[in-house]
Amino acid sequence: MSAADAVPLAVPMSGRPAPALRVRNLSVGFGSQTVVRGVSLELAPGECLAIVGESGSGKSVTARSLLGLAGAGAQVSADEISLAGESVLGLNESAWRRRRGRDVGLVLQDALASLDPLRPIAREIGDSLRLHTKLDGAARSRRVLEVLTAVGLPDPELYAGRLSGELSGGQRQRALIAAALALDPPLLIADEPTTALDVTVQAQVLDLLEEIRDRGTAILLISHDLAVVSRIANRIAVMHDGRIIETGTPNEVLGRPTHPETRRMLAAVPVDKPRGTRLAPAPEPLLTPEQTAGAGRLRVAERPSAPATEVTSGSPGAAPDARTPSSPDLALEGIGLNKTFRGPHGTVQHAVDDVNFSLPRGRTLGIVGESGSGKTTTARLALALTPADSGVVRLLGEPWSVLPEKQRRARRRLVGAVYQDVLASFDPRLSVREILRHAVAVAAPDGRDGANRRAGEARVGALLDDVGLSAALLDRRPTDLSGGQRQRVGIARALASRPQILICDEPVSALDVSVQAQVLDLLDELQRELALTLLFISHDLGVIQHVSDQVAVMHAGRIVETGPAEQVFAQPAHPYTEALLAAVPRLV
Amino acid sequence: MSELEITASAAGRPGAQDAEQSGRPAEAARRPRINAVEIAAGLLALLLLTAAIAPQLLAPGDPLAIDPLSAFGAPSWTHWFGTDESGRDIYTRVIDGARDSLVIGVSATLIGLGLGAVLGTAAGTLGAAVDFTVNRFLEVLFAFPGLLLALLFILVFGPGAGSAIVAVGLSTAPGYARIIRAQLVRVRSSAFVEAATVQGLSRARILGRHILPNTLAPLLVLGTLGVGQAIVWAAALSYLGLGAQPPAAEWGAMLAAGRTYITSAWWMSFFPGLFIVLTAVCATALGRAIERRMRHA
Repeated sequence: MSAADAVPLAVPMSGRPAPALRVRNLSVGFGSQTVVRGVSLELAPGECLAIVGESGSGKSVTARSLLGLAGAGAQVSADEISLAGESVLGLNESAWRRRRGRDVGLVLQDALASLDPLRPIAREIGDSLRLHTKLDGAARSRRVLEVLTAVGLPDPELYAGRLSGELSGGQRQRALIAAALALDPPLLIADEPTTALDVTVQAQVLDLLEEIRDRGTAILLISHDLAVVSRIANRIAVMHDGRIIETGTPNEVLGRPTHPETRRMLAAVPVDKPRGTRLAPAPEPLLTPEQTAGAGRLRVAERPSAPATEVTSGSPGAAPDARTPSSPDLALEGIGLNKTFRGPHGTVQHAVDDVNFSLPRGRTLGIVGESGSGKTTTARLALALTPADSGVVRLLGEPWSVLPEKQRRARRRLVGAVYQDVLASFDPRLSVREILRHAVAVAAPDGRDGANRRAGEARVGALLDDVGLSAALLDRRPTDLSGGQRQRVGIARALASRPQILICDEPVSALDVSVQAQVLDLLDELQRELALTLLFISHDLGVIQHVSDQVAVMHAGRIVETGPAEQVFAQPAHPYTEALLAAVPRLV
Repeated sequence: MSELEITASAAGRPGAQDAEQSGRPAEAARRPRINAVEIAAGLLALLLLTAAIAPQLLAPGDPLAIDPLSAFGAPSWTHWFGTDESGRDIYTRVIDGARDSLVIGVSATLIGLGLGAVLGTAAGTLGAAVDFTVNRFLEVLFAFPGLLLALLFILVFGPGAGSAIVAVGLSTAPGYARIIRAQLVRVRSSAFVEAATVQGLSRARILGRHILPNTLAPLLVLGTLGVGQAIVWAAALSYLGLGAQPPAAEWGAMLAAGRTYITSAWWMSFFPGLFIVLTAVCATALGRAIERRMRHA
C-alpha cells in the first residue's frame, strides 16, 4: 500500500502536545449495575492504545461512551473526557452529532451490518463529508476515492460503485475504515475490527491500521485477543470487570504480566502450547473424595498408541480403494469425498473436492481452514447429514454414509457432535435437565418404568459431573447459561449415548479465550478418560495445533496439506499453509 | 466472565451472564414487567368474560324486554347507555351481546386455527407434492379478500350466527395455514432438529417432540390476536344482516339497527361499536403480552 501519502493528514506537528484523547475516572452504569468503574486513559496522536478484555469486561461500553453512544439508560460520569484537548463531557445529542466522524471515527466488527446494503460504498463514505463539510459533489467524490486508495482497496473507482454485499469481508472492513477516515479525524476507535475476518485478511487489516497510526492518527483498539493487539498497539490496557487492571507496552504486559487475571488470559492462549498442556487453572474442587480418585485417573491414563492418521487429497493412486476392507482400528474414514453446491445463476461451488481422511481410534484429527474452505461440509459428510456426490465415509470399518438413514439411525449413537452455535442446537423449550434426559433416553430407548427413569436421572447427573457442571443448573434454560456452560451442556449431550467418536465443528469459536481454554482442557480430559476419537474442526490454527495429533489444512474444498501436527506447524510444506501460519497473530 | 462460577455459584443471577455476554445491561434481558396497558386489558377481559358467562350479574334486566314509552331515550341514570327504538335498554343488550360476540369470535378463530394447522402441517410435512397443492389452494383463497370469502359462504349456506362463525373461520384459515407452514419449515431446518437427527431420533419422534411443539406454541399468540379480528369480522357480517339476526343482542346487529337513527340517537350505534373496539383492542393487547413473554421464556 504505497498510497499512504495520498491523504493529506492534519497531524498536529510539534508544539501542540494535546493528547488525542484523555479520559479521567470514567464510570458507566445501567440501572443498578455498574459496568465501567473509574477508567482513565490517555492517547497521544499517532499512538495506538489497545483495550483488551473478555466479554462483559466493559471495553465496548468504554469505547462507546467516548462517542456519546453508551446507549439509552446509561449513566455516564467522568472527571474528564476530552477529544483533541476539547472537553466533550455532557454534550447533548446534536453537539455529539457534529463531532462524530469529524473528531472521532468509529469502526465496528460487523462491516456487513454497518454498511447499508442498498447503497454503494461511495455514498456511504460520502455521507459524513456531506454532513460535515461544504465540499461540492465533485470534491466529495475525489475525497472518497482518496480514502478508498488510502485504505488499500485496489481500483477504487471500480469499488466505489459497489454495494457492500458485493465486497469480500476484508474489502468491506476496508470500506468501513475508509468511511471512518473520510473526515480525517484525529482519533479512530476500532471495536473488534478484525474479529469476524479470516486470519490472512485479519493480518492485512492490522497492517492497514498500523499504517494509519503511523500517519499520525491516534487509534483506540478494542479487542478480546491479546495476540492481535500486540502486533500494532503501543500500549495495552487490560480490562476486567469494568476496571483497567494493567497497562503497559506489549512487551511489559505480555512478558511480565503483574495482574493474575492477565496471567490467566495469557495462559489460556493455545498457540504454541503442546498437546495435553492444561490451558486453564485446575477447576475448584467441587468433587467429592471418591470422584477425586476418578479424576486422578484421567491424568494417569495414557493416550493409546495407534497408527498415525492418514489424510490425503487429490492423489487417486494412493487413495485407498472404497472396496478394500479397511482396518477395524480406523474409527472414521473418508474416501474420495466430493460435494458440490449449486448457487444462483448456475454457478457451481465445489465445497469438498476429493477429500480423503482416516482417523484411528483414540486420536484427534484437526481440520483447519478459512471460511468457505469446506471444513463444515466435511463435518456434515462425516456425520452423514449431507449425502456426498461421490465417495464414502466408513465408521469403525463398516459402511456409514451409504446406509439408508433407517439403518444408520441405530449406529448414530456411536458418533456425537458438538456445534459452534450450541444454543441453536438446543430445543428452545427445554431445560438442561430435559435436554440431557432426552439424549439419555434416545441412547437407551427401552422401557419407561421407574428403575429406568432413576437410571436415566443418575446418568444425567454423571454426565453433568463429567463436563464439570453443577447440578444446580439442571432446571435452567440454556439461554440463562453463560457461553462456556452452554458448550459444556452441548458436550454432555453429545456424550449421552457413550459415543466413540466426537465430531466438533468450531466448538470454541464463540467463546472467550479463558473459557475456550477450559473447554479445550475438558475435551482433552474426556478424550483420555473415554478413549474418544475426535474430528476437530476450527479456523483457529492455535486451537488446532493444541488439540490435534494429525492436521489437515483445507483450502477451497481441497486438503492442501496434511501430516502430524508438529510437522505441519514446524515445517509447512504447502505455500498456503505457510501463508496461513505467517498470518497468525502471536504473542510477542 | 469467570467460568469458575460454574462450580462455585451456579444458582442465582439468572440471565445476568447472558446480558454480560452481549454487552447489554442485565435489566434488558429480564422478563418484561406487567405494564398498565396489560393490567387494563386484563381487567377488561375479566369484565367481558363475566358478561359472557353471567350477564345477570352486571345487567339483571331482560335484553329483549320492550318499553315503547321510553323509546329513543338518551343515556341517563336509569338507562346508562340509553334505549333503542323499542325502548330496550342498550346497556343490558350490550352486556348480553358479549356472549354472542365472544362465542362467535372464539369459535371462528378456533375453526380458522384448526383448519390452518391441518393445512399448514400437511404442507410442511407430507412432502413436496402436498406442499405444492396446498400452497396453490391457499393462493386461490388469498386471491379473494377475506370478507368476500365469508360473504360467498353465507350466500351459499344462508345467514345466521352459525354460518357467520364458519364463514369467518374459513376466511381466516389461509392466513394461519401460511404462518404455520412457514414456522414449520423454519423449525424443520433449525440446528436443534439437526442435532436430534445426529442423536439418532427417528423422523416421527423428531416431528412429535421437537418440530410440532415449537411450531404450535406461537399459535396461542396468533389465536389471541385473531379473536379480536374475528369479532370485528363477525360484527361486520351481522351489520350487513348476514350474521346474527335482530332482535338478537349481538353487537354487529345492534350497530346495524342503530344506523337508521344515527343522527338522532347516536348512542344506539356508539355503545355496541365501543364494545367491539374495546374487545378487539383487549384481545390484541393480551396477545401481544403473551407474545412478549414467550419471547423471553
